[in-house]
Amino acid sequence: MSAETATDFSAHLPALAVMVPLMTAPLVVIFRNSKVAFGLSLAAAWSVFGMILKTLMLTLEHGGWVYELGGWKAPIGIVYNVDTVAAFVMLIVSGIGALVLSYAPMSVAREIPENRQTLFYSAFLLAMTGLLGMTITGDAFNVFVFLEISSLASYTLVAMGSSRNGFTAAYRYLIMGAIGGTFILIGIGLMYMMTGTLNMADLAERLPEVAHTRTIMASFAFVIVGAGLKLALWPMHTWLPNAYTYAPSVASAFISATGTKVMVYVMLRFVFGIYGTEFAFTELSLGLPFAVLGLGGIYAASTAAIFQTNFKRLLAYSSVGQIGYIVLGMSLATVGGLAAAILHLFNHAIMKAGLFMAAGHINHQVGSVRLADLEGIGRKMPITMGLIAIGGAGLIGVPLTVGFVSKWVLISALAEQDLWWVVGLALASSLLAVAYIWRFVEVAWIREPAPALEHVTEVPFWLWGPTAVMMTLSIVFGVWGAGTTEVAMEAARILLGVAA
Amino acid sequence: MNLLDHFNYYVVITLMMVGFYIIMARNNLVKKVIGLNIFQAAVILMYVTMGRVHDGTAPILADGPDVVYSNPLPQVLMLTAIVVGVATTALGLALVVRIQENYGTIEEDEIRALEDAS
Repeated sequence: MSAETATDFSAHLPALAVMVPLMTAPLVVIFRNSKVAFGLSLAAAWSVFGMILKTLMLTLEHGGWVYELGGWKAPIGIVYNVDTVAAFVMLIVSGIGALVLSYAPMSVAREIPENRQTLFYSAFLLAMTGLLGMTITGDAFNVFVFLEISSLASYTLVAMGSSRNGFTAAYRYLIMGAIGGTFILIGIGLMYMMTGTLNMADLAERLPEVAHTRTIMASFAFVIVGAGLKLALWPMHTWLPNAYTYAPSVASAFISATGTKVMVYVMLRFVFGIYGTEFAFTELSLGLPFAVLGLGGIYAASTAAIFQTNFKRLLAYSSVGQIGYIVLGMSLATVGGLAAAILHLFNHAIMKAGLFMAAGHINHQVGSVRLADLEGIGRKMPITMGLIAIGGAGLIGVPLTVGFVSKWVLISALAEQDLWWVVGLALASSLLAVAYIWRFVEVAWIREPAPALEHVTEVPFWLWGPTAVMMTLSIVFGVWGAGTTEVAMEAARILLGVAA
Repeated sequence: MNLLDHFNYYVVITLMMVGFYIIMARNNLVKKVIGLNIFQAAVILMYVTMGRVHDGTAPILADGPDVVYSNPLPQVLMLTAIVVGVATTALGLALVVRIQENYGTIEEDEIRALEDAS
């Protein structure tokens, strides 16, 4: 796929996938009707998913291509780097976005006032636009712009929750997010200062010449800290638990599954695609701090999750822990380690979206997700609890779920490097996941149903259907793990620039 | 090398640290937003400074073959960054208004006490 096929319609798909939600977002607001808004958003999300599926197939078949926006060539115009990694991450974002939207109307009707529902859908689409754009763009400054689009939309989504704690959560998220975004901007600026280009491919080419200057090292530090803040790298995760807990269920499901994941991808792009493995890992030895922060995150956040009294907050802390596994994979800087990181990005997105959607079921029926209010809920809502059990098994890493596949790949990558004590720590950390999942299971199943839950019934199909699809996917990709692992391996090879 | 050559960069770093300190140390939510603005202003100054070419003039087409222009690209980039900053400030202040309505205070320690109580 190159110049001769540029007129081919399918070459435009990645750009169209960013444009469709961007254009639908204002359209949704114009109609001011939540049903129309939902219909338009759903159509936009599924069509984007279709376009990206096609793009991913094309990249797997023919390799990637460079899409020039408006036909302007690289140093002057902005280009989109279409490759397997980007298409894979975009597939996660659009797939989760489409499934979460399919589940949205009932949950939104319950949690968000009527007059703000259209705005909610609009913000949802803008968040999706930003995440997709950040993934595909080949221009460093463009990353910042899309990052801010998605961040501003995410703050809005978080603030739309029904409790007042949502406002403070959104405010803290905004302050931390703005600092992270500005740090990335400083890093990009320092790179531009030394190289005179913002195009990622050009940057990668020109950076080695000036890599030893203090300016580039400072820019590296700014980008890593900024991206680390945004992806909730432990101990910079403090904004995350409240934001996920008090956001509306639909928003928590979408943001938790995609927001931090895309930031991981941006970090991968900057570290491996621009600065290069040698600069980041040989000269500046990023591997050790990343391994320490990854393991620290796994243990600290998973332990914190055990002591939570709110189910959504428990899931949020578990997210911070799971990001630890991704960072641990990245710290190896080998094909296996990166593949584990990318694979877990995909697998964890599916599991966490499903779990937050299931938490939305409970909120829909009970009006609370505090564990104290959920005693014996398992007997009243068997389908929801079954789905949570599947998701929980995934977080632990039980065989036949996606969690097992990514842990397997991660542990083989660690073993390849003879890091046996890290293997032991990573395996032992699964017990913490058992503990926090068990805490919920114990409350929901073992205890007698509380009298207040007497009239609680199972949610209607329109809510549990999409969640069930998500959980089914987590089993499908758990059983058929070879396929996703192969895509992740291919993606890791592209990032590291290693031939197959 | 003259120390004053880097005058702008000293200003950038000072502003950046002042803004950062306000964000971390102040209890008042509006003051934190102000701190964020100062922090972002420092970055804007940094970009504009780096685009400056010695003896260069404003990048507007002038007569004469040996006119030296400053680099306009960082300035254009900063137009975008200013828009982002304005949007962030607007959203931040809107949230502060809602917090004031719901908690009756915009002091962070008091809000935290109210949150812990509930």
